[in-house]
This record gives sequence, C-alpha cells and structure tokens, in this order.
Amino acid sequence: MKVLVAVKHVVDYNIKPRVKPDGSDVDIAGVKLSINPFDEIAVEEAVRLKERGVATEVIAVTIGKANSQDSLRHALAMGADKAILIETEAEMQPLGVAKLLKSVVEREQPGLIILGKQAIDDDLGQTGQMLAALVNVGQGTFASIIDIKGDEIEVTREIDGGTDVVALKLPAVVTTDLRLNEPRFIKLPNLMMAKKKPVETIKADDLGVDFNPRLKQLKVADPEPRKPGIKVANVAELVEKLRLAEVL
Amino acid sequence: MSILILAEHDGKHIKQSTRQAVTAAGAWQLPVHLLVTGSNSTDLASEAAGIAGVAKVLHADAAQFEHPLAEDVAALLVQLGTDYKVILSAHTAFSKSVLPRVAALLDVAMVSDAISITAPATYVRPIYAGNVLTTVESSDAIQVVTVRATSFAAAAGGASAEVAAVNVPASAGLSRWIREDKTVSDRPELSSARVVVSGGRSLAERFDELLEPLAHHFGAALGATRAAVDAGFAPNDIQVGQTGTIVAPELYFAIGISGAMQHLAGMKDSKIIVAINHDPDAPIFQYADYGLVANLFDAVPELTKALS
Repeated sequence: MKVLVAVKHVVDYNIKPRVKPDGSDVDIAGVKLSINPFDEIAVEEAVRLKERGVATEVIAVTIGKANSQDSLRHALAMGADKAILIETEAEMQPLGVAKLLKSVVEREQPGLIILGKQAIDDDLGQTGQMLAALVNVGQGTFASIIDIKGDEIEVTREIDGGTDVVALKLPAVVTTDLRLNEPRFIKLPNLMMAKKKPVETIKADDLGVDFNPRLKQLKVADPEPRKPGIKVANVAELVEKLRLAEVL
Repeated sequence: MSILILAEHDGKHIKQSTRQAVTAAGAWQLPVHLLVTGSNSTDLASEAAGIAGVAKVLHADAAQFEHPLAEDVAALLVQLGTDYKVILSAHTAFSKSVLPRVAALLDVAMVSDAISITAPATYVRPIYAGNVLTTVESSDAIQVVTVRATSFAAAAGGASAEVAAVNVPASAGLSRWIREDKTVSDRPELSSARVVVSGGRSLAERFDELLEPLAHHFGAALGATRAAVDAGFAPNDIQVGQTGTIVAPELYFAIGISGAMQHLAGMKDSKIIVAINHDPDAPIFQYADYGLVANLFDAVPELTKALS
C-alpha cells in the first residue's frame, strides 16, 4: 500500500510574525521557514507504517514555491521514498490545494493519505477534510492513534471532552493531532541520502485544476495589545485585587 | 435566503457554543434555521426551538445520527445547503470535521474560526497562533463559516420556533463509529467556563492536588499547557492553546505556565489573567493583569485557603 503525505512549508513555529507596515500582509521575507509541525508528524507516521511492513512506499507532496522543496527534503530525510513538488508562485488556499492533491491521488492511487490537522500559518484546518470530500473517501481528523485492520483503518480522534474511535474504509484521509507520535531526529547521513532521492516537479498550471484563491485578504493587523498588568507582592494582595475587580 | 446553523449537543442539551453561533448569525439579518441531528432527539429539537433568534428548527432524526459521523452529516448539509446563503457553526472539533467537507462538496471556500463578522461576507480571523488578525472577504454564493464561540454572547431561550422534520440521505458507508471515551467531570465545559484554572508542567504529579481545590472554589474548569499534557500530568482534552481549546473566561489562572506563543493563542482574550510563576521573567507576566512571583507549591494552597 502506498501512503501519500502532504506537507506545507511554513514560517517556523518559534518565530513571531510581523505585519507589514502597510497592513497588506504578514512579512515573511528573510524569515526562517520549515516543515509544518503537524505535517512532520504525518511523515513520521507514514514512515513508521513502512517500517512495520504495512506501507510499501511513502510519497511526500507539497504545493508552493520552489523553496518548498526544503520541506520535501526534510520528509525524504525522515524516510519518505520520493517526493512531488507541485510548483506555483500563486497564493494557495485549502480548496485549491485539495483539488491539486486530488489529481496526485488519482495518479498515485495511495491506500492512505495523511495530512497535518492544520497549518500553523493560516490556522484554517480544512485541507484534509476537503480532499476526503473531493476523493469521496472517509476522513479521520485529529488522529492520535491509527491502526490498520484489513481493508479498514481505525482512527482514535481527539475531540472536545475526550476521544472517539471511527473505522474508515481504505483508502481514507487521516489528519494528525500532535499526539499521534514524536517525529524522529534526522541524522546527517540520512540528510545526505535524501539528496539522492527523487523529487519530481510538476507545474500546478499543467494539472488543469482551478486553484484560484476564493478568499480575498483585505488587510492584516496586530491584535489589540492587552493593558499592562501589575505584579502583586503576595497572596493577600492578589486576593484583595481580585475582590476589587469583582471576579471572586 | 436564510442561514443554516449546524447545532451541536451532548445528547442531553444543545451546547452553549451553538447559542453563541446563533448570535454571530445576527450579522446577516436573515432568518436563522438550526439543524439538529440526532437519534430519538425530540427533546433536543424542542430545546433548539426555544433559542431566541431561531426562526425554524430542521430536525434530522435517524439511527445513523446516534453518533453523527462527518461523512453523513456533511452529505445531509450539502443536500439542504443549496437553499441557504450561509452555513454556519461554532468552531468545535465536530464542526471543524464537517464544514470543510461541506464546503468542498459545494465547491466554495470556507472561513474558519471567525472572531467577528464586519459585513455579511467579511470576516476577521486570527492567523499565526493569534499573533495576527486577518480580514478576509468571500465572494462565494454560499458562505461556509465557523465562528469562535467565545467571541459572541450566547443567545437566550424562551422562544418557540417551528420544528420541521427533514429527510435524511442514506449513509454512504465510508465510516463507522466504534466507541468514545469522554472525560467524565462535574465541572463546566472548558470552552464556556466563567473561570479557568490552568497549570503547566512544573506542577508535575501534584497537578490535580494543587489545582482541583482552587478550581472547586470557583466551580471552574481545569486547563493545561501542552507540556503538562505531553508529560502525562493532565488529560489531552483540557489543553488550552492554538491546537487545543480556545477559552476567554472572565478569570484565567495561569499557574506554573511560562506563556509560550502556542498557549497564549488559547487564552489571551480572557478578561482577567492571573499568573503565578516562580520565574519573574516568564513571558506570561506580560499578559497577566495580576502577576505573583512565588513558589507554586506554597502560593496555590495559600490562595485556596485565603479564598475559602
């Protein structure tokens, strides 16, 4: 069974983004980019399935500018077998991404598709569900445990107030919660080896898919800053302040 | 044209977040219809019909909705949705699974986690873990939107809307519900609690011992950082943050929490933030209205005692 993993190249999670002075967008020029943390978990899970003999091949795919290759190399160094870059300079939104991924799914016919539950830049969390809808397969969102049983996959999902378990017919789409696994550390030899693995580049425009953005960004802004607070000397003073604030 | 809201319930009551979504729908000034899915759920439909601002309840009562699956609920919404201008819900785990599927099937974009609706197709939503707010406009014929419940007041009860049964399409059979494991608690739901008492990893094994009595005093919900959850000191479902639950209570206690970006994204809209931490340089103090630099293991019991 082939496993397809979709990854996104995003502003590194440690970096606090800055808004451009004209409020038109977030300024990411010169900012460190890396693989979306949820997607790294998706790659790790796919590689583990291969190590257990469940998956035969792990394919990583990304959509974006040429520099998105860095996240593909990261996936290859973790153990993916090959990678596909769907190259475009255009702004991408989840519906367009899902449509482009659908064309990869049709070509590669994976038995399982794993994505992160959300990208930490746009925080939308839509792509996996949209892809599942377009391919007309079941979806296991926010997965913290997956277990392949014959022609089904059992997915333990993190939901409000606990977990639930659903069984999906394969092929299916799974999106990863942080708890699914702990991604491995990449050793230097693996990084060198990854340079020799194949990365296929496809122009997004050649796939005959309408991926034009549907949402228009009118402006971006910093959130309202909080009023500066005070430090209290001890518990008694804290209690007194809370009484005055009428929240006790 | 009207607005269709996907209601959510726990089998007994309509969730607070659904009432908050009803308020958010007011931005359009269009009739609001509430879709209630369930099995033997007549009482829930009646409760939904009582929510002020709801013009009509669509009741989808079928065995397959005993435990509603995203695939089946999405199919139902797509069948109904073409008659609506807006398909809306609160940004909860359930809706996060269902609505993107609906949007793709209707071939429209979706807006996730809107914190304000400034015009009928213009939304403000947080990006980059709440560090930036973006204003987006959607030109699609059907707007598919989830809203951040804590940004809107809950609609009151006392109304009496019409309840209409809807036909439920047969399940596509793509998925099966197997079981669930919900945390049993007599505490209020985290996302709508008036007071939240949250702890970080430094509380270690004494997480419950220290925080429970303080939470008990307020009838508060317990929260935790990702680190506390990962270390096994607190269950997953109480994680507050970008990837967990977003809260905005009247009073938020951050105890032994350094204030990482990921955590702040989940609580920085709380009305009053109290931070207790031994590290005077912890970033949480830049967000706290009242900060106390102290040893947690002394200060928290002392605080609990002073309050009782």
